[in-house]
Amino acid sequence: MGKHVREKASKKMWKSFKKVILLLVFLLIWELLPAFGIINKTFFAPPSEVFVALVRLLISGELWIHTSISLKRAFTGFSIAAITMIPLGFLMGWYNDFEEIADGLVQTLRQTSSLSLFPVFILFLGIGEISKIAVIFWGAQWPILLNTISGVRSVDPLLIKSARSMGSSAVSLFGKVVLPSSLPSIITGVRLSATHSIIVLVAAEMIGAKSGLGYSVINWEYNFMIPEMYAAIVTLAVLGLITNYALVWLEKTTTKWKEDVMIT
Amino acid sequence: MGSAVHDNIKIAIRDVTKLYSNNSHSLIALDAINLEIMDGEFFCLLGPSGCGKSTLLNIMAGFEKPTDGKVLIEGGEIAAPNPRYVTVFQDYGIFPWRTVQENVEFGLEIKGIEVNERKKIAEVFIKMVGLVGFEMRHPIELSGGMKQRVSLARALAVNPEIIFMDEPFGAVDALTRMKLQEELVKIWREENKTIVFVTHDIDEAIYLGDRIAVMSSMPGRIKSLLDVPMNRPRLRTENDFLRIKEKIYLEFFEYADKK
Ligand SMILES: Nc1ncnc2c1ncn2[C@@H]1O[C@H](COP(=O)(O)OP(=O)(O)OP(=O)(O)O)[C@@H](O)[C@H]1O
Ligand SMILES: [Mg+2]
Repeated sequence: MGKHVREKASKKMWKSFKKVILLLVFLLIWELLPAFGIINKTFFAPPSEVFVALVRLLISGELWIHTSISLKRAFTGFSIAAITMIPLGFLMGWYNDFEEIADGLVQTLRQTSSLSLFPVFILFLGIGEISKIAVIFWGAQWPILLNTISGVRSVDPLLIKSARSMGSSAVSLFGKVVLPSSLPSIITGVRLSATHSIIVLVAAEMIGAKSGLGYSVINWEYNFMIPEMYAAIVTLAVLGLITNYALVWLEKTTTKWKEDVMIT
Repeated sequence: MGSAVHDNIKIAIRDVTKLYSNNSHSLIALDAINLEIMDGEFFCLLGPSGCGKSTLLNIMAGFEKPTDGKVLIEGGEIAAPNPRYVTVFQDYGIFPWRTVQENVEFGLEIKGIEVNERKKIAEVFIKMVGLVGFEMRHPIELSGGMKQRVSLARALAVNPEIIFMDEPFGAVDALTRMKLQEELVKIWREENKTIVFVTHDIDEAIYLGDRIAVMSSMPGRIKSLLDVPMNRPRLRTENDFLRIKEKIYLEFFEYADKK
């Protein structure tokens, strides 16, 4: 048993070691290609220069200003989506009539891509913050809504029957059966929405903003500040990674009861 | 005979008929069923698949309404599920996100019993069904037999007067099933409950029941009502057991011949 665990641990370490190596190789090639003139250095800044630019932007505070503006937009749009769509999803999942009526509309609206609606939002809401938040909300709402509905739909009827057999009221049925049972599906929806928020954010900022990371990428490209542009791209990638990992972790901890806990 | 059987009627089923109909045809799932189940009795409903055992049990437990007739529990008509009568299902129906302990406490939470009291009660029943040491496990980590024990402990914890059981041991292997049957009889004798037990396993019905209602299908009817005049604990190999078993076999073959 002990030996088995140790073998597993060393396997895991070997795996993360390989991951790090691969990352280093990738960075090395990226560094060397422009250095040997295989790729034009002006378009493809080596990581060392990107790193210098990143540090400079961090020290000047410029990067943080753009990052915080972007985060605020993404977070606001995403939060509004979560706050409104989780309850709506419960209603649509629980009351068949409600879903039957709303389903056609939902399916149609869902197919309308968020970015194609951005001009419409700008027309109605102006070029300011609200239109950007609105378009992020629009993109983020669907995974949450649809996953909540399917989560509620897939509650095992036998569990509801058991709970009723023990005298559950409608309220405790919701709180003690429907909610915990659909939670994994909802959290998956939340994770998809969060990553989607960042994608929509970047696109919206590229199209119509004067601040934020998406804007910075475009702006620094226009001004030929190529290392800075890469620094913004790297920042976006890191944000996406952190968001995804944090939510995967949340997903795992809240759905432990679904996996085989014995193995871990 | 079970030691605790009283003379008063606990459940009275009066002319219960259940029709299932869709637009093309209708099916008589139950045809004018009449039964009386005594207080403290271990009553078995035995019959082939599709004869309406679950339908009858669901009507008794208040999950479904009869098309005609009524079910009286202690003289009162039942309209909805009532925590005084708990149902144990074949597929356990335990909550996968709750630990064993939390599952057993479920009904107590619903009743509004306070945390420490809940813990104490749950402990008693977890011990009774032999799950000490597994309190913090989630259902996914348990075997089928253990899950069924959790389901049983959860039902017992709310101290119901009647336990309705719908093929509760159908999904476990034969050896585990015998062990569970043995434990159930022990618990039933200690706790003095009325149990209505649905099964299609003849041995199971004879081992458990004070009385057995043998059902036939299409339409669902009570074919015969048998006493099991055997002392407990029963032996599956003794003569009385085999004699009753033969009698029930004959009922089924007779029925099959007629078809
Ligand atoms: N909701 C329903 N709608 C239509 N027909 C139903 C419904 N529930 C049960 N039936 C029919 O009623 C009959 C009796 O079903 P029931 O589930 O009571 O059988 P059972 O004796 O419990 O069988 P099994 O041993 O397989 O569980 C069956 O023919 C079944 O098809
Ligand atoms: Mg059945």
